[in-house]
Amino acid sequence: MTEFIIIMLVKMFVIFGAVMLTMTYITLAERKILGYMQIRPGPNRVGPWGLLQPIADGIKLFLKEDIIPDKASKVVFVIAPAMALIPAVMTLAVIPFGPAVTIMGRQVDVYMADVNIGILYIFAVSSIGVYGIVLAGWSSESKYSLLGGLRSSAQMISYELSMGFALVGVIMMSQSLSMVKIIEAQKGVWFIVPQFFGFIIYITAAIAELNRTPFDLPEGESELVAGYFTEYSSMKYAMFMLGEYINIISVSGIVTTLYLGGWSGPILPPLAWFMIKLLAVVFFMIWVRATYPRFRYDQLMTFGWKVLLPASIANILLTPVFMKIFGYL
Amino acid sequence: MAETKNMILNMGPQHPSTHGVLRLILELDGETVVKLTPEIGYLHRGVEKLGENLTYHQFIPLTDREDYVAALSNNLAYCMTVEKLLGLEVPPRAMVARVLLTELQRIASHLIWLGTFGLDIGAMSLFFYCMREREQILDIFEACAGARLTINYFAIGGLRHDLPEGFESRVRDFIKIFPERMKNDYERIFQDNKIVRMRTEGVGIISKEDAIDLGLSGPLLRACGVAWDIRKSNPYCGYETYDFDIATGKVGDVFDRYLVRMEEMRQSLKIVQQALDRLPGGAHLADDPKVCLPPKQKVMTEMEALIHHFKIVSEGFEPPVGEVYHSIETPRGELGFYIVSDGSNKPYRLRFRPPSFVNLESLAKMAEGKLIGDLIAIIGALDPVMGEVDR
Repeated sequence: MTEFIIIMLVKMFVIFGAVMLTMTYITLAERKILGYMQIRPGPNRVGPWGLLQPIADGIKLFLKEDIIPDKASKVVFVIAPAMALIPAVMTLAVIPFGPAVTIMGRQVDVYMADVNIGILYIFAVSSIGVYGIVLAGWSSESKYSLLGGLRSSAQMISYELSMGFALVGVIMMSQSLSMVKIIEAQKGVWFIVPQFFGFIIYITAAIAELNRTPFDLPEGESELVAGYFTEYSSMKYAMFMLGEYINIISVSGIVTTLYLGGWSGPILPPLAWFMIKLLAVVFFMIWVRATYPRFRYDQLMTFGWKVLLPASIANILLTPVFMKIFGYL
Repeated sequence: MAETKNMILNMGPQHPSTHGVLRLILELDGETVVKLTPEIGYLHRGVEKLGENLTYHQFIPLTDREDYVAALSNNLAYCMTVEKLLGLEVPPRAMVARVLLTELQRIASHLIWLGTFGLDIGAMSLFFYCMREREQILDIFEACAGARLTINYFAIGGLRHDLPEGFESRVRDFIKIFPERMKNDYERIFQDNKIVRMRTEGVGIISKEDAIDLGLSGPLLRACGVAWDIRKSNPYCGYETYDFDIATGKVGDVFDRYLVRMEEMRQSLKIVQQALDRLPGGAHLADDPKVCLPPKQKVMTEMEALIHHFKIVSEGFEPPVGEVYHSIETPRGELGFYIVSDGSNKPYRLRFRPPSFVNLESLAKMAEGKLIGDLIAIIGALDPVMGEVDR
């Protein structure tokens, strides 16, 4: 039992540390890639190629004055960033970064837990994140924050639906909710091929769920200044940002696991394959950000309810037909 | 049921998309704008009053600071007004150079507009591509006048200095590169984008009649389908001899304003090409020693030139008594200067009609009943420059 606890604790620290490191460098990568796409160099002052920029950013945010607006309801204002960050970290528990490896004569899995309801767990946990945002918007007592919070909650709730439905196709094909079983089911062909339609729906909804361009209305700079975190500063602001970028990693991890065959791939070790695929998904999101403008609020809702949701339902209906034709059943 | 109240949202003067210090007081029902009250005056510097205490030459640099996105157009409008008051003839080289440079300025101004409009509706990359081309134009201005933003290149009677060496090749480089950039980098990434169309088409429509009633001018008016361009209807600087078309829209929505401005950039490039081909030699400043500064070389060597120089710099010149109005087509619309002279070396009254100020009045009409997201696109397409609005 003690051994189990120790292994779990070590794994927890390793995975958390690795994800935090990846996340900080994804912020740098985002700025660099955006920079190159926009014919400018991006951060290049702190360290070679700006490699120390994330650390400088972290220190800066940490040393900033922590402002709580006078009229804000203080308890909620303080709790909200944590409520946005914690669920983001919790989803990491079920993302399988690699298969079991042998360390010092022990079989150790490179993931926290292979829950038999992995996907359900992710949905359950990630939906809590929206509370952080709503409460942040509400407790700030600022009109811009309030509008941002409202937009965000409406958006996340409506897109979560099509996101869940899109995944039903994958669940049908793998006949399991466990992340590891789903990877094993993709031994022959990655689910991006038979579930291409579902993949498109999922990634669209996921970008919306992450509040990224073209669905970045909650923090639409040109409209709502900074949306729900307008009034936040210092580490509380940093916690929202952390949550956001960890969510990017976990969503990319989910896409990798469910559609891109997870850790499987030739020659390179599984963990490397997982990272390559994950970063490819992240790159795709950054690319979209450099290219697309922003939807209008009502167009966003229309798109979610009238286009994505019917499409995802159609995907559910078509998947069994497809499976019958191609002999999966 | 509980009583519901509309929310009052104060947008600006510090807000990312109000283009400077425009303040809007919005009454919102959810996200719908019920009532919109623009508040202006945050950038008021009393330029018109200042003009009463400066000689005619001294006022030129202040015009740079009105519409700071298109400084040369302002220079031109003011200088031409004073020249009209004096009845001064401008040499042909200066006339062609003025056309060439103000058309380049129009392109630069529209590029800023395009970039910031993209930013307003969330397309980030476009801004940087626009800045790249604008940089090239600003380099040309820098070679001419030494300044990039507040250029102050036109003088009463012509140009402050002659065009620099290598001017022609710089402009030719730009002419060569620009149409391709427009097609590949702006239109393909922006105009053909489905979301851009959704955000702009049918948004902020204003009818032809309303546009005329409100006194709109420039691309805003032309997007409604009124082919009104002072370069055509009341030509100055010899615009009647250039071959170009007036771009007009059909519906008068934000997308039409975009198309009109894009087409204007193309037409401006056409004018630049023609002007460059016909650029004559000769003097760059009128030969009127009482008004125009003599060349430095002469000041150093000739007694008479030295005296003229001293008189012009210290006292200025005294135009005849009278009043005069002259207007030109700037990138934003009709910019007119009105000067009353009492025969002294300073204007008795100086006033101008800034296009942005008049155009801004249409904002409430276009945005009320629309969503906040639409309002942002509408302000973006209006292209107000607050320096000009508040003066």
